[in-house]
Amino acid sequence: MKNLIVIIFAFLVCQANAFRPILLLGNQNLIERTCKQTPFYDLCIWSLKSNPESRDASVKKLAQIMVDSLKTKATETLDLIDELLQDGLALDPEMQKALTSCAERYNVIIRGDVPEINEALKTGDYKFAAKGANDAAIEANSCEIEFPTKSPLTDMNKVVHDVSVVAASIVKIIQTKFSF
Amino acid sequence: MADINPLLPVSSSDGSSNLTGQATCRRPIKVVVSIFFGLLTLGLFAALLIRNNGPVDYVDVHENERGSLASTAFEKAENLKPVSRGPAAGVSEKSNWAFGGDLPDYPWNNSMLSWQRTAFHFQPEKNWMNDPNGPLFYKGWYHFFYQYNPNAPVWGDIVWGHAVSKDLIHWLHLPLAMVADQWYDKNGVWTGSATILHDGKIVMLYTGSTTEGVQVQNLAYPADQYDPLLVHWVKYPRNPVLVPPPGIGPNDFRDPTTAWLTSEGKWRITIGSKINKTGIALVYDTKDFINYEMLDGLLHAVPGTGMWECVDFFPVSETENNGLETSINGHGIKHVVKASLDDDRHDYYAIGTYNDRNGTWIPDRPNIDVGIGLRYDYGIYYAAKTFYDQNKKRRVLWGWIGESDSEAADVKKGWASVQSIPRTILFDKKTGTHLLQWPVEEIDSLRLKGKEFNQVRIQAGSVVPLDIDSATQLDIIAEFKIDSDALDKATGSSDASFDCVTSGGAAERGALGPFGLLVLADERLSEQTPVYFYMTKGSDGNLKTFFCNDQSRSSKASDVDKHIYGSLVPVLRGENLSIRILVDHSIIESFGQGGRTVITSRVYPTKAIHGAAKVFLFNNATELNVTASLKTWQMNSAFIQPYPNL
Repeated sequence: MKNLIVIIFAFLVCQANAFRPILLLGNQNLIERTCKQTPFYDLCIWSLKSNPESRDASVKKLAQIMVDSLKTKATETLDLIDELLQDGLALDPEMQKALTSCAERYNVIIRGDVPEINEALKTGDYKFAAKGANDAAIEANSCEIEFPTKSPLTDMNKVVHDVSVVAASIVKIIQTKFSF
Repeated sequence: MADINPLLPVSSSDGSSNLTGQATCRRPIKVVVSIFFGLLTLGLFAALLIRNNGPVDYVDVHENERGSLASTAFEKAENLKPVSRGPAAGVSEKSNWAFGGDLPDYPWNNSMLSWQRTAFHFQPEKNWMNDPNGPLFYKGWYHFFYQYNPNAPVWGDIVWGHAVSKDLIHWLHLPLAMVADQWYDKNGVWTGSATILHDGKIVMLYTGSTTEGVQVQNLAYPADQYDPLLVHWVKYPRNPVLVPPPGIGPNDFRDPTTAWLTSEGKWRITIGSKINKTGIALVYDTKDFINYEMLDGLLHAVPGTGMWECVDFFPVSETENNGLETSINGHGIKHVVKASLDDDRHDYYAIGTYNDRNGTWIPDRPNIDVGIGLRYDYGIYYAAKTFYDQNKKRRVLWGWIGESDSEAADVKKGWASVQSIPRTILFDKKTGTHLLQWPVEEIDSLRLKGKEFNQVRIQAGSVVPLDIDSATQLDIIAEFKIDSDALDKATGSSDASFDCVTSGGAAERGALGPFGLLVLADERLSEQTPVYFYMTKGSDGNLKTFFCNDQSRSSKASDVDKHIYGSLVPVLRGENLSIRILVDHSIIESFGQGGRTVITSRVYPTKAIHGAAKVFLFNNATELNVTASLKTWQMNSAFIQPYPNL
């Protein structure tokens, strides 16, 4: 009898340990569940988890983190464009034209889309957050196809595009589920 | 999760039953340990199963994203649309040059961008606009307010713009009516509606987004009721008058309607919201617009529709050809509930019956209830709002038309969004299921030179150019006659799945369609926007008619929307097919069957602009000849400008 009690007790303790991952890493679950509903799971996971604020975040906050990531990536891309443009004479006119157009588009992402998304997330008129995120993706893509031959920005354009799409997906999750 | 007991024998669960038979006094510990580990393993399996049981939506994800322009961007190369069978003699199918390895697009230049500005649609001089607010008629002037960003051509920093007109067409800009200068609207002076009281006084209810981002309802009124221009507005000092009630989220409470009188003599308003995924309309009664009692019930709710924005509620007469004041009720009257769905950015309406006693409404046809049935407009059209025009006894509808180009282009051109031409709304007596929308008659005053074309025969597979001078500011009224023989002879097919949105556009040839007009088209048809009918015959012999607007070849530019809009349009026996189109630079408003089905679209051609824009009739059907009769008018500008010498 005593053995039985010991078994049951030990059993319960171990069960608690087995379930602990679910209890304590509850938010891990939210990040994973959220990212599964976006088209770029790995990028989504990586972007969110690398930001410490995602730990106890609501879905709305996850969206905001994604937008911060968008701003960072877009700014890096714009810096690269500026660098390339400074090569000046070494550039052929078509490349120059494409880079200038890209600079305009990235300015719009950073100064138009990102603030629009942030204000919309703050005030809860989510369709404007979706609009801003979708537009950022369009701008990144439009930049990419400006280059008649090889684009020097392919990787960065893809990242900005994909991050924007993920942000738009997360906004859609907010819109179509509970209020947070 | 890794097995924390790698040394555990594989058949431990079997082991336990084996061992029970062997239980002896000699090795009690082994028994205990085996049972223990057996149970532990089972427990771990259970834990793993439960953790993995969350919904795995990953497979569905691409489905969700397909509709958005964004996700198709990099996938374009792999997802070519199928080329249609058999190019017609006239309307030849061009392979979609966007990913046909063609030259890259020109960036927008000033000529293209400046052309986009409309001549007779309401828009502020620059920057961003969205929802129409508080439209009303007062002391000889029509007033129009609107959501406005004074600082940029993107949404943000929202305040109330204001303009007046004598005829709903010639607008004069006035100073901003309300700005974000109070804690209760610091984050946005959002949408609201006007109510005219018994004594002619005006009250305005609007949503404010507070410093904390909470949505509340505020009261405002004209500073001077004797000023016919209503330039200055005063906010009630003890705003807000309504805050989100228990159970309603702080971001789910906005856009109060015009009030109507109840049989008890109180004023009643409705405000859209949501509970989980159900769109709802909350109801409040008030005597003074300051103190409110929320009714227990909802005006209406429809599961799965999400947040209801810009709810509108108004009566229509089943018999008369005039509009009704918002408080009218009684026999021969139906009530319309309309909601703008935040989730899909479309405006939906439904016709039904209002119960004044308990403040509820039920749709005539639940299968086309609010949010799952009819739309005001199948194109780009949102946040619509009606008002009763006591001047001409009609109900007038305003709708916000956003841009469908990139924000970069908007920033470059310095503005974004227009309003639709105001439309009268009437109950469609002939179908009993639809509302009819029609541009207000005052628009006819803009008509200049007119040209008439009678009985133009358009054979199957042909394009007929129309010889009119300029084609960027036009009013076109066209009627199409089809051979009833051809209709009878056509074989019914399982074309039952046709839908404008998923079709191949005007290049997709069917037996009985498409046919209609090509607007904003250049001579070579390298850019064109078809507005057309497409008829299908089911295997049961029943004809269905669709009314569509195809943007897929509207512009060489790649960063504009290329979707095909449209819907079924009811056509009754004996009716000819009719279209009215208002072309005004980058906006096209198309009305099918007298306004039973309406489509608004924004188009941004790079070539078919200024003098190069033309109009054609076309018939891309394979088994149908069509005869068209139409009138076209050049349209004058409305000269919308600031109010002089204010």
